[in-house]
Amino acid sequence: MISPRSDAPLAQDSAVAAFARGMLTAWRSVFAYVLFGTYIGIGALAHDFGFSVGWMVLSTVLIWAAPAQVILISTLGSAAPIDTALAVSLSSVRFMPMVVALLPMLRDARTRTRHLLVPTHLTAISVWAEAMRLLPALPRDHRIAFYNGLGTGLITPAITAGAVGFYVAGQVPVVFAAGLLFLTPLSMLMSIARNSRTLIDRMALALGLVIGPLMAATKVGLDLMWTGIIAGTIAYAVHRLREALQ
Amino acid sequence: MSTAVAQLGPYLALILVGFLPNEIWRLLGLLVARGLDEESEIVVWVRAVATAILAGVIAQLIVTSTGALAAIPLAVRVAAVVAGFLAFLLIRRSVFAGVAIGEAVLILGALALPP
Repeated sequence: MISPRSDAPLAQDSAVAAFARGMLTAWRSVFAYVLFGTYIGIGALAHDFGFSVGWMVLSTVLIWAAPAQVILISTLGSAAPIDTALAVSLSSVRFMPMVVALLPMLRDARTRTRHLLVPTHLTAISVWAEAMRLLPALPRDHRIAFYNGLGTGLITPAITAGAVGFYVAGQVPVVFAAGLLFLTPLSMLMSIARNSRTLIDRMALALGLVIGPLMAATKVGLDLMWTGIIAGTIAYAVHRLREALQ
Repeated sequence: MSTAVAQLGPYLALILVGFLPNEIWRLLGLLVARGLDEESEIVVWVRAVATAILAGVIAQLIVTSTGALAAIPLAVRVAAVVAGFLAFLLIRRSVFAGVAIGEAVLILGALALPP
C-alpha cells in the first residue's frame, strides 16, 4: 500500500536529518568495514593490472559492484571488448530484481522517477540488505533521503579503500589477500540470513546456495538468472501453498 | 584479438564495457518497478528471486574462487564458511562475530594445510 499523501511538504531539515541518519547507520554497519577490506583487494588488483588510481576510483563510483569490477579489471587487458561487456553484464543481473523489490518501499505518492535515479544507482548488495531490514520502520517520506545517506556512507569507504589498496599492492601476503576476498561471501551470507525472518526468504537463501553451484557446473549460461528463477519460484510456491493450507 | 583497452583507451572502455553493461540492470529494475505495489504478489516473488540470486553469487564465490582465494583448498573455504555461519547463529546472530570466526578459520586452515 502506498501511504496517504501528507499535505505538509517535507521540511528540508528533516530530509537532511534522514540522510545523516543513513550515513551514521552505514558507518555502524559491519558492511562499512567489510567493503573497506574488499576494496583494498580490488584496488591492489587494479594496480597489478596497470590501471591508474583515478581509473580505480571512477570505476567504484560508476560501477559500484565488486564482482563486476573484479571481472572488468582482470579481463579488460586480455579479452575482446564484447566478451568483457557480456561477463560484466551477466554478473550484474541481480540488480534488476533487487531494484524492483526496493523501489516500492521507497516511493510515496509524490515521488517522481528522477527522485529514484540516485537510489537506483546506489543499490548494491550491502546497501540493499541493510535497507530491506531498516526501511519498514521509517516514515515513508524519509526513506529516499535515508537510503541515499546509507548508500553514500557505504560507497565512501569502498572508494577510499580502492585508492588505499592501489598503493599497498604487492605488500600484502597471499593468505591475507585471500582473507580480504573472502570477506564478501561471508558477510553477504550472514547479512542476508539475518534479514531472512520468513519461510520464503529462508527457502530462497538455502535453495540458492545449493542450486547456484549446480547451475554453474552445468554450464548452461545465465546460470545466476536460472538459479534465481528456479530457487525463487520454488520458495514462492511453498509460501503460497502454506498460506493456502492455513 | 584486439583488447578493449587497446581499442578504446582505459576510460572509454570503463564506460562502454564496464559501466553501461552493469547499469542497464539497475535501470531495467527502475522501469519494471513502476506502478508495482510493495505487497503485490509479483514483488513477493521477485524478492525471492533476488534473494536466491544473491545466494547463488555467494555459493559461487566460495566454490569457484578466483585470484588469491583460489590458492586456498576448497575444503578450507567450505569449513571456514560453515564455522562462520555457526558462530553467527550461536552469538546472537551477529554478522561481525560470524565474519571474524570465518576469517580466522580460513587463515589458520590455509597456514596449516598449504596447497
